[in-house]
This record gives sequence, C-alpha cells and structure tokens, in this order.
Amino acid sequence: MELLKKVEAKHLREAEVAFRPGDTVKVHVKVVEGEKERTQLFQGTVINRRGSGLGATFTVRKISGGIGVERIFPLHSPSVSKIELVKEGQVSRAKLFYLRGKKGKAAKVAEKRREGPSS
Amino acid sequence: MVGLIGKKVGMTQVFEKNGRVVPVTVIEAGPCKIVQVRTPEKDGYNAVQLGFGSRPAKRIPKPEMGHLKKSDAGTLRVLREFRFDDGAFEAGQTLDVTQFEAGQRVDVVGTSIGKGFQGVVKRHKFHGGDEAHGCKTKRMPGSVGASAYPNRVIKGKRLPGRMGGERVTAKNLLVVGVDAENSLLIVRGAVPGAENGFVLVRKAVAPRRAS
Repeated sequence: MELLKKVEAKHLREAEVAFRPGDTVKVHVKVVEGEKERTQLFQGTVINRRGSGLGATFTVRKISGGIGVERIFPLHSPSVSKIELVKEGQVSRAKLFYLRGKKGKAAKVAEKRREGPSS
Repeated sequence: MVGLIGKKVGMTQVFEKNGRVVPVTVIEAGPCKIVQVRTPEKDGYNAVQLGFGSRPAKRIPKPEMGHLKKSDAGTLRVLREFRFDDGAFEAGQTLDVTQFEAGQRVDVVGTSIGKGFQGVVKRHKFHGGDEAHGCKTKRMPGSVGASAYPNRVIKGKRLPGRMGGERVTAKNLLVVGVDAENSLLIVRGAVPGAENGFVLVRKAVAPRRAS
C-alpha cells in the first residue's frame, strides 16, 4: 500500500483546499471548446465528499434558474484548476442529500459561527 | 528486453493531462537476478532464468540452494525462464524496470484468484433459468446430453467445478509509467491475481498493429 501511495503522490493536487460538506465553494473547471481552452465557474454548496487518495470526489449543488443542479468533481483531476472556499457552513452531517427535497430558505445552510466575538 | 518477475501491488487510477481518468495496476517489477543462461549450443534455445524476491535460506531445498550458489544469486523466492532473441546476458547480472518504457505494450502473466467450486452460471456464463413464475431451474445447468445414444456425457461438457487459481495472461497492456527509483511498473487495466501475487511481465507477443 505504501508503494501505491508513491504512485498516487505524483498526481495529487498540490495545494489541497480544506473544505467540508456545507461549505460554499467556487470550482474553476477547464473546458476545451474546439481548440480553445477556457475556465468555467461552478459555485454552490458542497453536499458530499467521498473516497480517499486519487479517487476522491466531491459533489457541488446549486440552484440555477430555479432548478437544482449537481456536479460531481474528481478532487484531484487536472481539469479542476482551482477550488475556492467562499463561505463556511455549519452543518451536523457529512452528507447533505436532504437539501435535494428542500426549496427556498429551507435549502440554505447556516453560515459557520466564527469563534468567540471579542466583546 | 527480456521480461521481469514482479509482485502485484494493487490498483489505483491516474489522470491524463486532459483530465481523463486511467485505471492502472501497479507492479513492483524486479530487480531480478539472472540465475542461469540457456544457450542454443547447450539447451537449444536462448533464455535466461530470472529470480525474484527472497525467502529464508532454511526454506530452500538443498539442490535448489546449490543451483542458486552457482550464480551467487542469493536466497531467491521465484525462478522463471524468459526467452530472448538478441543480446548477451551473464549469470549474476541484474535486470530492472528500466528495460520497459511508457507507451510500450506488455503481457502480464499471473495466477487468477481462486473462486472454489462454482456453479455453471458463474463458471461458464450460462444464462440460468427463470427466477420467478414458479420456475425451479434458477441456476441449474439443465440437460447435460441426450439419452440412449450416446448414453454418456460428452467430454468437455461445461459443468460446475473448480474455478480460478489458474495461469492467466493479460495481453497487450499499455505501460503508463515506469518508476525506476521504486522499481514500479504502471500498466493500464487489470492484471490477473490477487494483490501481493507474483506476476511475470514480458514484451507483448502479439501486439496490435499501430492504430
């Protein structure tokens, strides 16, 4: 298993972004159109993280034009050029599939409370 | 290039530059000591006997120990012969993964995972019977032959029995990468056998034409 990790190490994302289910992230995806390559943005709530090593993926859900859209990204894929953490969420479970049945305010994730206000 | 004995490390996946995922098997291939060289003059063909791995000296039969001592090869675990066409080799020499390069096709020989005594559906891909509507032939083999003539079951009839645990060759696997430092060979796709099982890697004997 140690040897497997050595093979995987070369392909792992260099700067690992720490994000958890409930967080809002902005994913920069490389899209090839004909010969041109451009970056597409996908912003939404992380509802799932699964797997370890190179096979790890995460699911981002957003509401686009009133319709729920989910995309599953391989965490270490080179076509995901960057993952930005926009907002940290406060949730009490690892899989937020319950958001799928919710609409409007019920489908929102509370923002993480920052540690102790100074006052 | 000759070939190597190796150990299956396991499977994982790697990414191509465009983001495409490639399933790969990692093989710890070599380094292998040449224990003996077979020559056309003496043996009628060209081959080298390679050795790989290690085991305690007390676990090696004495005649084999004597054979290993001739080439000063150490306490090797597996010995296998590999044919070659050209090149000169000497007993005692060491071969490693650098003889392979990415982009090349190889054959990998291993012992498939033993499945034990299996029925006809799993072992021979029979379709089996109906699972419902009162059917009683769910996974049965069905009729195995005719009646008074020939009055026996024809030889080679596919029936239940031991499955797996036999020598299997995975042909024309693409070499995705070579890690000389860790003696690792990375090939596309699956390789016969369980993890930590011994495998033989050789140049593809019947490579597909360039596409």
